[in-house]
Amino acid sequence: MTLADLVERLHLKVFASQGSLGRPVTGGLVGDLLSDVMAHGRKDDLWVTIQVHPNIVAVAVLKDLAAILIAGGREPAAETVRKAESENVPLLGSPLGAFTLVGRLTELGVQGT
Amino acid sequence: MELRRYRADLHIHSCLSPCGELTMYPRNIVERARAAGLDMIAVSDHNAAENAAAVMRAAAGTDLTVFPGIEITTEEEVHVLGVFATMDEIRPVSEAVHERLPQLAGKKSFREDQVLVNEADEVTGFGPYVLMGATTLTISEVIDLIHHYGGLAIASHFDRESFSLVSQLGFVPADLRLDALEAFSPGATPKESPATDPPAYPAHLPVVRFSDAHQPEEIGRRWTDFLLAAPRLDEIRLAFSRSAGRGILR
Repeated sequence: MTLADLVERLHLKVFASQGSLGRPVTGGLVGDLLSDVMAHGRKDDLWVTIQVHPNIVAVAVLKDLAAILIAGGREPAAETVRKAESENVPLLGSPLGAFTLVGRLTELGVQGT
Repeated sequence: MELRRYRADLHIHSCLSPCGELTMYPRNIVERARAAGLDMIAVSDHNAAENAAAVMRAAAGTDLTVFPGIEITTEEEVHVLGVFATMDEIRPVSEAVHERLPQLAGKKSFREDQVLVNEADEVTGFGPYVLMGATTLTISEVIDLIHHYGGLAIASHFDRESFSLVSQLGFVPADLRLDALEAFSPGATPKESPATDPPAYPAHLPVVRFSDAHQPEEIGRRWTDFLLAAPRLDEIRLAFSRSAGRGILR
């Protein structure tokens, strides 16, 4: 499963790093405490969150996550989009809430720990 | 000008905070603070500053200096302490924060835990806002708001497991214009945390310790000693920037 597949199936918005959507997704996690994501995120995870602060990009880089998916229709801060572009971190969005999104992702085969 | 040690606890909640005990009324706060050997305190309720004036008046004529403060919950749910010199400076900050709190009209049960008092410890009303809520202001906007009205912006218990910079944002963003970090862990010193990379602490920020007291016995359980010419906010600002001989002793 690649990010591009998920973008198509779930009609996700791409805020940043369109060119990196060929990246594989092997798992997922959901969380809004960045300390927890830093502790438990794994390489190639898709991260579902409602945090939009620029630090989310740094955490995704640090843990080599596949992408950040911002739930609930939240808009990332301009600085977050800029950083995501410069770090090639795909920044995705959906109007669906995190609970629903994770359910859909699970149906598509994206598994958490 | 002669410099001396001033002991400060600039993070104390009153009975206006939903989680603050009812016994955190002005004369009790002043009495406990003096008994704990403090020279300076700040009354810093969650998202509100109304009770600070009463504590300032209750301390009038004593050797205790009281600053008005406010502990603002940012959109990211990080707590940021704003400490000011006067009520006139903090009032517009408190009003701006109230406007950005969740509006839960009709839900009145929360109000009885948000007690407004006067300097004689009499109840004068209840805070009409949902003070336990988060504002829609980002952490950068909160810091700018505090600075705009002349206050000092300090990250509350920045290394704690909840409502802190580290819990919510993973590490302290290097570009935040904070004046200081309030440390929670006993062993925290401004050096790289082994658990995180990038480091959790920008080493240039001063680190202070305050009680975050929610009940009288907790006042002064953590403090910071400053070397100052007078117990004033502009002097603390000099200490944070290590200017003119002012500084933090411990």
